[in-house]
Amino acid sequence: MLSFVLRRILIAIPTLLLVSVFVFTLQKLLPGDPVLVMAGEERDPEVIAFLREQYRLNDPIIVQYFHWLGNVLQGDLGMSLRTRQPVLELILERIPVTFQLAVMAMSFAVAIGIPMGILSAVKKGTWLDYVANFVALSGLSIPNFWLGILLILLVSVNLGWLPASGYVAFWSDPLRSIQTLLMPAFVLGTALAATLMRHTRSAMLGVLQSDYVRTARAKGLRERVVVMKHAFRNGVLPIVTLSALLFGELLAGAVLTEQIFSIPGFGRLIVDAVFNRDYAVVQGVVLVTAVAFIAMNLLADVAYALLNPRMRAAQ
Amino acid sequence: MTWPTIRRTLYASLLASAAMAGPALATELRIGLQEDPDALDTDQARTFVGRIVFESLCDKLINITPDLEFIPELATEWSWSDDGLELTMRLREDVVFHDGTPFNADAVVFNIDRSQTLDESRRRSELASVESVAATDEFEVVFTLGAPDATLLAQLSDRAGMMLSPAAAEELGLDLATNPVCSGPFSFVERVQQDRIVLEKFADHWDADSYHLERLVFIPMPDTSVRLANLRSGDIHMLERLAASDVPQVQGDASLLFESAVGLGYQGITVNVANGERSETPFGQDPQVRRAFSLAIDREVINQVVFEGAFLPGNQHVPSTSPWYDENFPVEGRDVEAARAILDELGIDRLEVEVQMANNPVQTQLMQVIQSMVAEAGFDVSLRATEFASLLAAQTAGDFQASQVGWSGRTDPDGNLHAFVTCDGGLNDSGFCNEEVDRLLNEARTASDMDARRALYAEAQEILMAELPIIYLYHPTWLWALRDSVSGFVPYPDGMIRLAGVRRD
Repeated sequence: MLSFVLRRILIAIPTLLLVSVFVFTLQKLLPGDPVLVMAGEERDPEVIAFLREQYRLNDPIIVQYFHWLGNVLQGDLGMSLRTRQPVLELILERIPVTFQLAVMAMSFAVAIGIPMGILSAVKKGTWLDYVANFVALSGLSIPNFWLGILLILLVSVNLGWLPASGYVAFWSDPLRSIQTLLMPAFVLGTALAATLMRHTRSAMLGVLQSDYVRTARAKGLRERVVVMKHAFRNGVLPIVTLSALLFGELLAGAVLTEQIFSIPGFGRLIVDAVFNRDYAVVQGVVLVTAVAFIAMNLLADVAYALLNPRMRAAQ
Repeated sequence: MTWPTIRRTLYASLLASAAMAGPALATELRIGLQEDPDALDTDQARTFVGRIVFESLCDKLINITPDLEFIPELATEWSWSDDGLELTMRLREDVVFHDGTPFNADAVVFNIDRSQTLDESRRRSELASVESVAATDEFEVVFTLGAPDATLLAQLSDRAGMMLSPAAAEELGLDLATNPVCSGPFSFVERVQQDRIVLEKFADHWDADSYHLERLVFIPMPDTSVRLANLRSGDIHMLERLAASDVPQVQGDASLLFESAVGLGYQGITVNVANGERSETPFGQDPQVRRAFSLAIDREVINQVVFEGAFLPGNQHVPSTSPWYDENFPVEGRDVEAARAILDELGIDRLEVEVQMANNPVQTQLMQVIQSMVAEAGFDVSLRATEFASLLAAQTAGDFQASQVGWSGRTDPDGNLHAFVTCDGGLNDSGFCNEEVDRLLNEARTASDMDARRALYAEAQEILMAELPIIYLYHPTWLWALRDSVSGFVPYPDGMIRLAGVRRD
């Protein structure tokens, strides 16, 4: 087992290196001169020359890359060019924010999507099915930013129920923290709920027509027991896998949602960094994201191997 | 959890939230900013939005009135030597920095020196005329200049004149940017990037009695509609840079106040007249063609259509509200026939012009309106929406025919003109070069008398109006919206938020 894990880690290293090369090159392809942006409105030539020197922008790109890589290997992701804060600190500050948002959004998605999917499968062809489908389609079609602003106007401005935007850390005030993230999580969750609903519906439709469900019904079980205990338990398996996959999508969706609700999360960090050509931050964020994805995959592989001896043999 | 329990919990939390979303401390002012400021070090900083925070955090040697007159702040009085090469300043004697360090002439010397020598300093060009600064007494400094510089007072009324605690600056070095120590009416508490900057009242400030707020929270909210929604829900008490399209909504809301001030800057079209190969078109080479282009534009209609009438149409580097505006050249109305006649005389039937602009909705709409206006005179304008960093790069490299850009504006008119139209000007992307303009503008820099300077600018204006390296379009107005509980706010043309006298009931 240990050798399996070690092997997987070794394979992860070249992947990470490739990712870092890719990000580094992509950034250099971005149009526009970062120094012109950083130098300020006056574009003082002395300042420009100094900045080029300081950030080694005069060096060949290969030299720049290895310099950066050397620092990263020593745990130094560099300094934000814009605010002079260490990149690692910026990233660590934001991970819990976006994580909390993602978890809450996922809860919304599951709480809305799965029951609606079951309901529309069980009541296939009735008005309930059509309503559920309509809601799902709306969830997919309504842009996040529009729904977000609409919710702010309704819930915060007109009703005054929830704060319009901002963020409070969970450990400093749990209730307030949940309140600030309620609307953004809902906005982020609705699109996912729609996807979940569609998949749950089709999975359930398949299962409901299977022989063992007919047998269960023939035994005279109540419909509720048939659906929940027999059909759903089997139907839900692919949905669990899908939910895990959607988590990645959530992080992408967070970029826009965080912007609308002024939440200082991962998405906003990277958007601002790209616009300000804050190279060190962009590189740091992408690297950390890549590491996280690789780690998740590794964990999944290990879990599969633990659960399924045939996988281990196949390696 | 059963459904009734869930329902009870939900109601309870909603009620609690309603209570919490309600009024915060009456002595706290929450201000919505359009962007997140950059480094909070007056020497390293470069953004407009950062200056808004500095205004409360740091004192400057000189301040301005809403009419752009210079008034004392840390300097109580100042005088020029006859040759204009020495500026002597008397300083306040009752000032301490937030860390307790006393403010005196040595502190001024330290700060000017730091602005001029720190590698990361963005203030060097602003203080380029200063050769040395010396403390001649505990509370008197003398600036010695290499050449007379009428713009120096204006520079000292902004970031170059803001004073940092020398003790803190020495101890923290560049990290002062994350923990600024000045002598302003509010001191730094904390910053969470992209989330908030918190300041609290500095009890030992020399003018503490004029400040009635205990705590300031600056909150970056990039989306203008969201910023306004936050104001309407009471989550913030004031916002800067209201979108012009939202002005009617704010004016129609009894719980909100609207304030505005015509800014110091401008927006225009910079034409590539001699910056590389792409200037070699009739548009770049013939001022008459540019004159026809300008004549075909209806600046008043642009203001009404794109900016809800909130801005000020313009044709010079300063707005018509400025004491430096040249009345001999008023904003002209649209005259398509005259424009067409010019093109006919030059034998031009239709002329293709490519204009690049920043890829945001407002600038795009502006250029689309202009595109259809000038089409009637014979210009086929193609628009190239470009991300701002790339636009700037293309502009400096001369890779453009015309570029729709602007300038945030400076208190002194020199700051709006010299660098853009003098042959060696650092921001002269059009490549325009005229020896007479250089001479006039250089002389205007050194003349200390306002009338003399005005006469020099008038002469330069005549040439610039004929040559049109920049076709000015309008002057943005600073727009603020406040809760009606906030009183005492005075709008300034520099777009800053000055909080002396501001209260929240």
